[in-house]
Amino acid sequence: MSRFSALLRTTAVRMSALYLGLFAICAVALVFYVTDLTSNLLTLQTKQVVQDELKVLGNFYRRGGVSLLIGHIDRRSREPGANLYTIAAPNGEILAGNVQSLQPGVLDIEGWTDRPFSYRRFYQPEGTPGHAALAEVIFLPNGMRVLVGRDLGEPTKFRSMVQRSLAMALGIMVFGALVIWFFIGRGALQRIDRVSQASQKIMAGDLSQRLPVSGSRDEFDRLSEALNAMLSRIEKLNEGLRQVSDNIAHDLKTPLTRLRNRAEAALAGKPDPDTYRSAMEEMIEESDQLIRTFNALLMISRVEAGAAVAELKPVDLTQIAHDAEELYEPVAEEAGVRLKTRIEDGVTVTGNRELIGQALTNLIDNAIKYCIDGKGPPEIELRLGREDGAVVLSVLDNGPGIPEDMRDDVVKRFVRLDESRTKPGTGLGLSLVEAIMGLHGGRLELVNCDESEQCGLCARMVFDRRS
Amino acid sequence: MVCFSPEYSPNMPDMKILVIEDDLEAAAYLVKAFNEAGIVTDHASDGDLGYYLATENNYDVMVIDRMLPKRDGLSIVSELREKSIDTPVLILSALGQVDDRVTGLRAGGDDYLPKPYSFSELLARVEVLGRRKGMRDNDTVYRVGDLELDRLAHEVHRAGQKINLQPREFRLLEYLMKHAGQVVTRTMLLENVWDYHFDPQTNVIDVHISRLRSKIEKGFDKALLRTVRGAGYMLKADG
Repeated sequence: MSRFSALLRTTAVRMSALYLGLFAICAVALVFYVTDLTSNLLTLQTKQVVQDELKVLGNFYRRGGVSLLIGHIDRRSREPGANLYTIAAPNGEILAGNVQSLQPGVLDIEGWTDRPFSYRRFYQPEGTPGHAALAEVIFLPNGMRVLVGRDLGEPTKFRSMVQRSLAMALGIMVFGALVIWFFIGRGALQRIDRVSQASQKIMAGDLSQRLPVSGSRDEFDRLSEALNAMLSRIEKLNEGLRQVSDNIAHDLKTPLTRLRNRAEAALAGKPDPDTYRSAMEEMIEESDQLIRTFNALLMISRVEAGAAVAELKPVDLTQIAHDAEELYEPVAEEAGVRLKTRIEDGVTVTGNRELIGQALTNLIDNAIKYCIDGKGPPEIELRLGREDGAVVLSVLDNGPGIPEDMRDDVVKRFVRLDESRTKPGTGLGLSLVEAIMGLHGGRLELVNCDESEQCGLCARMVFDRRS
Repeated sequence: MVCFSPEYSPNMPDMKILVIEDDLEAAAYLVKAFNEAGIVTDHASDGDLGYYLATENNYDVMVIDRMLPKRDGLSIVSELREKSIDTPVLILSALGQVDDRVTGLRAGGDDYLPKPYSFSELLARVEVLGRRKGMRDNDTVYRVGDLELDRLAHEVHRAGQKINLQPREFRLLEYLMKHAGQVVTRTMLLENVWDYHFDPQTNVIDVHISRLRSKIEKGFDKALLRTVRGAGYMLKADG
């Protein structure tokens, strides 16, 4: 039952019901018009026939008086399919003709009867209803009355036939519409049911499900395809999220375990204030590192969600580069790294100073950390310039670089190449840089430095012209 | 238990602050730690009570958690500012990103510290907000011991001897001298001297400090710039 009411609620069924209703009204009106026209025509024809007949009778009467008239009427009355004939005395008594009795009063008025009247024929069985007829009545000069009429059986039969066929046509139409409703509506419902079944599975967490596509390229297919594309995107994002949570589980649980172990070890050792103190200091150090990791993660997700977009405004990239140089120059010196710069003047982009600054310091941090492992004397270079309309802020180092097949991996969260596990860091630095560049409509490129230079890594922050 | 260094005790008997924090355990810890640092501390556990206390009493500094029951921290701050109550406010928040800090400061906060924070960081910032020590804003010459910084001439002298500083080193020293006698943390320096609000992976500040230290202390017998373990740095004449 609910399926049936669901069927009734489908758009296809509603629309076809509306069309069916309109069509039925038009059909009924048309049929009434046609039958009316036809019966008028038939009446007109009847009158014509009757008048012709009266003319003939008039001739007989003029030639041979009443007796010839009666004889003629008598003869005509017996012909098959004859008209109605009556000749009556002035008192209304029927003298000749093929009518047994007439509706009273028909013979009293001369001229056309304004409406059909009923009469009985000879030999008509008792109890059956009378026939209907139209007739013209003529008064003869001697007071006798002559009636010539025509049975209305045929037009009535015609009309009822038309009406019957109309009813039948309507019936067939309604039946057909119901059948069509059922199949079209059910087809649509079944497809929608399949779609909702699939989406329920998706809601239950199975993101690999897709909405069914029938291949007919109709509107359902187009809708399903669009939704499927959306699902693929969501699945990809979800996959990324899952990967991140796995990584979080690993990279946060490991230091948490270390933290816990330290506390346990300190408790299990001898109760000496100095041991406690140093254990606690180590634990605070460890939790600070954890907090740093956590902050970096939050920062990446915030930047990726584009939450800081509202704060983008023109910033002086030259100034940012010089600030970074100034901030890191003593650090580099202390690490025994030479810091070179080639910074173009007056370069601005639309962005967030804080985020770009953070991205750049991440790259410099990395460069200082890794160039020490290179062959030559450690050296990094900070470059800012324009290339084909894009603005490029890059950090070059002469460290070991990143093998080509690993470059996509290193920007992933928590990915640290095996060689770098021993160095401090969260494993999130490059991910953050990439997220920040994404926010600025640019990208992070990791390439090898030119052959002419000491081979190392060149990390390029590319700001497109529009950003 | 309290994780700020025992080498340093702020000893400021007349400072009174209000802490509005709904996490009772965190609040109890803060009250105890501030009291140990010699700061009289009132505590309110929800926004309404906090707002009431803030309007009824005269505090030196208020530490307000951003997310509070009954009334959120930012609306307390902006309402206090509307009533022309200018008590310095430090906003604590679990949200620590760039844009959140901007909204916090726009609401009328004077400083913004994301959770989780170390108490030494919070204490240092509260002290600086309380402005009980150090120089005044309109002093043109800062003096700590025999060290002299002329803000107008951009010159630094120690014991009458001129010291050449880079512009950034000058600003670093200026900030340290302005808050002489107070602990200044690395993040405070990064925020106020470099205007960066993030935590660089390597400790860049330490390197700058040691460079500055060698410039102002080399050749002089008395140390001025000391490292406060687990907290930051403090510029102080003697003791």
